[in-house]
Amino acid sequence: MTALAVHPVPGAEDGPPDDADEARAVGRKRSTPYLLLLPAGVWLIIFFAVPLVFLLSQSLQTGSLTTGYALTWNFAIYPEAIAQYSEQLIRSLVYAASATVLALLIAYPLAYTIAFRAGRWRNLLLVLVIAPFLTSFLIRTLAWQNILATDGPVTGALQALGVTDLLRGIGLIDGNKLLGTPLAVVTGLTYNFLPFMTLPLYASLERIDPRLHEAAGDLYSTPWTGFRKVTLPLSMPGVVAGTLLTFIPAAGDYINSQLLGSPSTTMIGQVVSGQFLRVLDYPTAAALSVVLMLTILALVTVYVRRSGTEELL
Amino acid sequence: MTATVPRATTVPAAKAPAARPPRRGPLRWLREHLVPIAAALAFCYMLLPNVVVVLFSFNNPTGRYNYTWQEFSLDAWKDPCGPAGLCDSLGLSLRVGVVATLLATALGTLAAFAMARHRYRGRSTTNVLVFLPMATPEVVMGSSLLTLFVNLRVPLGATTILIAHIMFCISFVIVTVKARVAGLDPRLEQAAMDLYANERQTFTKVTLPLVAPGILAAALLSFALSFDDYIITNFTASASSVTFPMYVWGTASRGTPVQINVVGTVMFLLALSAVGIGQLVSMRNRKRATR
Repeated sequence: MTALAVHPVPGAEDGPPDDADEARAVGRKRSTPYLLLLPAGVWLIIFFAVPLVFLLSQSLQTGSLTTGYALTWNFAIYPEAIAQYSEQLIRSLVYAASATVLALLIAYPLAYTIAFRAGRWRNLLLVLVIAPFLTSFLIRTLAWQNILATDGPVTGALQALGVTDLLRGIGLIDGNKLLGTPLAVVTGLTYNFLPFMTLPLYASLERIDPRLHEAAGDLYSTPWTGFRKVTLPLSMPGVVAGTLLTFIPAAGDYINSQLLGSPSTTMIGQVVSGQFLRVLDYPTAAALSVVLMLTILALVTVYVRRSGTEELL
Repeated sequence: MTATVPRATTVPAAKAPAARPPRRGPLRWLREHLVPIAAALAFCYMLLPNVVVVLFSFNNPTGRYNYTWQEFSLDAWKDPCGPAGLCDSLGLSLRVGVVATLLATALGTLAAFAMARHRYRGRSTTNVLVFLPMATPEVVMGSSLLTLFVNLRVPLGATTILIAHIMFCISFVIVTVKARVAGLDPRLEQAAMDLYANERQTFTKVTLPLVAPGILAAALLSFALSFDDYIITNFTASASSVTFPMYVWGTASRGTPVQINVVGTVMFLLALSAVGIGQLVSMRNRKRATR
């Protein structure tokens, strides 16, 4: 367990007390970091990096699961798969982006309140942010089925307030149903990834010296200008980290679209898992998986470059 | 918001107090408390599903689906293992969760020490290798593991689930423990060495106790991640190795037994107390440290 358990030179620590310097020198031996990194590194290479190579290779193979696959460098699968499933791919990115923006709008006041206004309740509120999300993701998503059910209290209240009519007017839902609509899927996605947005935001807001904001006020800025020119720029690392941690898993998620959506809200994750586990069309599924990963990597790279926070990565 | 207070003192408030109505009732209050009100609404949004889970664990549904409230009943609480397969799946999830947590925490902690304490070649490569699993959608990791196992003819089952869980927990352990190690004051260890502690003593008596809270937090996080994972697990499992999330997913289409909400309620209470106790301990430690 300890750093010394893999110590390459036995006996160094048994020396007399005045050997402390020598022991320290041995601890800094060049092989030590590699030995410490070896188990975790090997695990990540074999079970994270190598599988990605297999995935890439699988996408370029032809054949079937029963007759076996052969690598034929069939690059044509990529345009085919993208053409066939571009709708689901774009829908996933749009849903994930909407959920990310909504989560940011909801999490910012939340994190701000916990960081600056909560006082001695701060720790309690943090517990309330984390604890609900340590219980099953699936059970909580199923609870949204109860909440959004057609004869449920939420649907009734929204209908009474005229919100249902408004949403139907915009085209977000049809009929009086909330469940099975894009709105339900985005609601679920926003909800499920909210702590991934809240915690980085809180971490960066908490570090801001409140006197900076007070100074802005002393210099006759309105609270809003003070926020826009002082607090918001200082919290940007949290905004970038939070949006990445929300967008990436949301784009690949299919639990929300499966449990809260309908066939018309299918996301790319559903297609990939369906092709792999039910249709057994491995090359197409692998190609879609690769496309999803590359799309997200490209979007994330552009986003991080533009927001000027490369040091986060 | 706090900025309004010092600014108000610069305004000559004594001039004509009657000219302006001092308080304009609810609207003004609403404007001043807009941010906390938004936060309160956000809390409602976050906690609503948990309230529903608890509430519906006492439901007595008429059909197969536990969708609409019928009447109060304790049936599910009296017979939590009633539905076939539920407790088997819970057992598998617990076993996988514990083993994955132990191994991922051990491997991750070793790597975290290397990354926080040592200079070596290939630092940026290791950083990328640790960061990438956290930035990859689960469906990509799951499907790539499936192609690996299928191509190498590794039979799917509890072992492959365990391998996958250790893989995605390691990065989170490394990040958590690394932050704790990097935050340590190096002078504490230097002081121990100056007081004639050898390297092993320094490590076990000074370094390890200081890093322990980070390791514990990493272990709890690993367990929560492993116990809750559906997407990657579903790619690496066989029909005979059904974890709890897979069981829940299966019932979602066939009709959910009320017992699932019982499990959800117990998990919520356990998580609440685990995080709560953690907060209390860290508060006590901080108080002791400042004394």
